[in-house]
Amino acid sequence: MTATRMTLVAALNASLRTALADDPKTLVMGEDVGRLGGVFRVTDGLQKDFGEGRVIDTPLAESGIVGTAIGLALRGYRPVVEIQFDGFVFPAYDQIVTQLAKMHARSRGLVRLPVVVRIPYGGGIGAVEHHSESPEALFAHVAGLRVMSPSTPSDAYWMLQQAIRSDDPVIFFEPKRRYYDKGEVDTTQPAAPAHTARVVRPGADLTLAAYGPTVATCLQAAEVAAAEDGRALEVVDLRSISPIDFAAVEESVRRTGRLVVVHEAPVFFGAGAEIAAHVTERCFYRLEAPVLRVGGYHSPYPPSRLEDEYLPGLDRVLDAVERALAH
Amino acid sequence: MSDDGIRLLGPDGKRVAHPTYSGDADPGELRALYRDMALARRLDTEGVTLQRQGELALWPSLLGQEAAQVGSVRALREGDRVFPSYREHAVALARGVDPLALFRLFRGVDHGAWDPDAHDVHLYTLVIGSQTLHATGYAHGLTKDGSDAAVIAYFGDGATSQGDVAEAFNFAAVYDAPIVFFCQNNQFAISEPNERQTRVPLHQRAQGFGFPGVRVDGNDVLAVRAVTRAALEHVRSGAGPFLIEAYTYRMGAHTTSDDPTRYRDAAEVERWRAKDPLLRLDRLLRAEHAADDAFFAEVEAEGEALAARIREGVRGMPAPRAEELFDHVYAEENSLVERERAEFAAYQAAFEEV
Ligand SMILES: Cc1ncc(C[n+]2csc(CCOP(=O)(O)OP(=O)(O)O)c2C)c(N)n1
Repeated sequence: MTATRMTLVAALNASLRTALADDPKTLVMGEDVGRLGGVFRVTDGLQKDFGEGRVIDTPLAESGIVGTAIGLALRGYRPVVEIQFDGFVFPAYDQIVTQLAKMHARSRGLVRLPVVVRIPYGGGIGAVEHHSESPEALFAHVAGLRVMSPSTPSDAYWMLQQAIRSDDPVIFFEPKRRYYDKGEVDTTQPAAPAHTARVVRPGADLTLAAYGPTVATCLQAAEVAAAEDGRALEVVDLRSISPIDFAAVEESVRRTGRLVVVHEAPVFFGAGAEIAAHVTERCFYRLEAPVLRVGGYHSPYPPSRLEDEYLPGLDRVLDAVERALAH
Repeated sequence: MSDDGIRLLGPDGKRVAHPTYSGDADPGELRALYRDMALARRLDTEGVTLQRQGELALWPSLLGQEAAQVGSVRALREGDRVFPSYREHAVALARGVDPLALFRLFRGVDHGAWDPDAHDVHLYTLVIGSQTLHATGYAHGLTKDGSDAAVIAYFGDGATSQGDVAEAFNFAAVYDAPIVFFCQNNQFAISEPNERQTRVPLHQRAQGFGFPGVRVDGNDVLAVRAVTRAALEHVRSGAGPFLIEAYTYRMGAHTTSDDPTRYRDAAEVERWRAKDPLLRLDRLLRAEHAADDAFFAEVEAEGEALAARIREGVRGMPAPRAEELFDHVYAEENSLVERERAEFAAYQAAFEEV
């Protein structure tokens, strides 16, 4: 057994380190990723160990970061770029949507762009504007991009490995609120493929589906529901947002008959809407209750003193669970 | 000319002659400039302290950049419009923005919601470089309206790498927009030094877009004021935009979340400490007998009063009400927001019942 207990940040750091050591074509690039080691220290020590040629402090320009990463990928490199915060990916949105996502299809499969765009995302850290957003749906809506988000240190390590090895562009959303949560990471034992969902807590009464930062919230809700009401909630960690492992969600819902989807992103046009529609189409006669969604509101991410009201916390998840079980 | 740019007042507090620019100022003006800088510094110290005490989410310190900000804002006329980034506390203060409005933003009570029209100071912009385009559009609007007001846009050295800033430079140049681009080159974009952003001195960027640019000693309030005045005159005359690179140094951390010891050495910071903007004006004021001990004591007392007002104001700041989440999302009524507002209210009411 070679598992080590580490934080999610340390797991990401270890994963980047492995990728840099394994493949000389792997590059890490972004603002402050070199000397500083990134504002969250995800790239801590990498420039010292792999040099300025492999771990590149870029000019302050997100469109430039992703655009040049595309060029490096065209030349055979595998760039892993860091966007400093969720709200600052938008200057790069053009490059991601019009170029990164489409080049493979447009070239009839001749051009592959193995670029990973790492984005620390989500709220709950008491930050100022643009530092707490969950824009995953804006990327999941774009064909050609894989979108994923780990919820544990082990998944952080392995899903990032898989993302870097993927020949498709990957938008890799890191739950920054969980950066310092610890968990076991076994770097010798590959985890399940990143596009598959995983039942992280089995239960027969209701399915809670989540990814990234809200998986822990759902596990907590399952804990409380079991202790206080004797309810057995199943928690499914989707892990991948595009594609979504619908088969796993369906399988769970066929057993429980109830589904609540939880994410920090606004529910309007969010991943929950997609899942609800799909499950309604495929499991209509197995459903005992409407699929419910818990998430952010149709309002800009609020000032931090209001974020507890905005975010889908334990109480709001339990409220939805109760409503679903009331049917 | 030193590498630090156009200079009228040296670090030793001695005046420096310049063929084009003049640091003429009567004693009252000199004292007013000192007061502006000292109050801003005191406000800034309070920001750092309050963050350390857990009262603020974050504070971006302006320490070291007082002269760049005060010299430039005091060159403006009433009616000229300011587009700040997020570190321009001295600018906001000098223009009359309620200092507590700045603290509401960094406490996480709102997103910095002062009225931009009240003091002609637009909202802080955290997305690097964006505001330079807004400033350019605003300036173009002034031209179209036949106004003789001008615009000043503040941004950092790191921001010059953004596409938005290049686009702003170009639009402003093509349409002779009455705008002064004011770059505070404080040497760092978080951890990244100038060498990671540019191969040429930043003021030279303007040339490629077809407008003039100069470097000024950003720690010399007299030089900054003189250069900004001339730049404003230039842009007001219809001759197109002007770029000022105020060469200065970020004496503190990038923000209270940052640890600058990871990427710069103490000796460099000490070299810049010797060029302190307040210290040199203090020396001049004393040497020219433009201010006495009583003046400095008075400014200090005023600073303490400001700090006390901020402290009390911040600690007593009412938390926002949860329902505010749904306020002002749109200018016009929106059915989706209203439905969510109602659902939220019902949810909260259910909690209050139990
Ligand atoms: C578009 C965008 N990308 C990244 C960031 C994160 N960030 C905040 S401040 C900063 C450095 C800014 O440096 P500079 O423009 O020199 O201004 P300074 O903070 O030194 O005043 C960065 C990278 C941001 N706010 N906006």
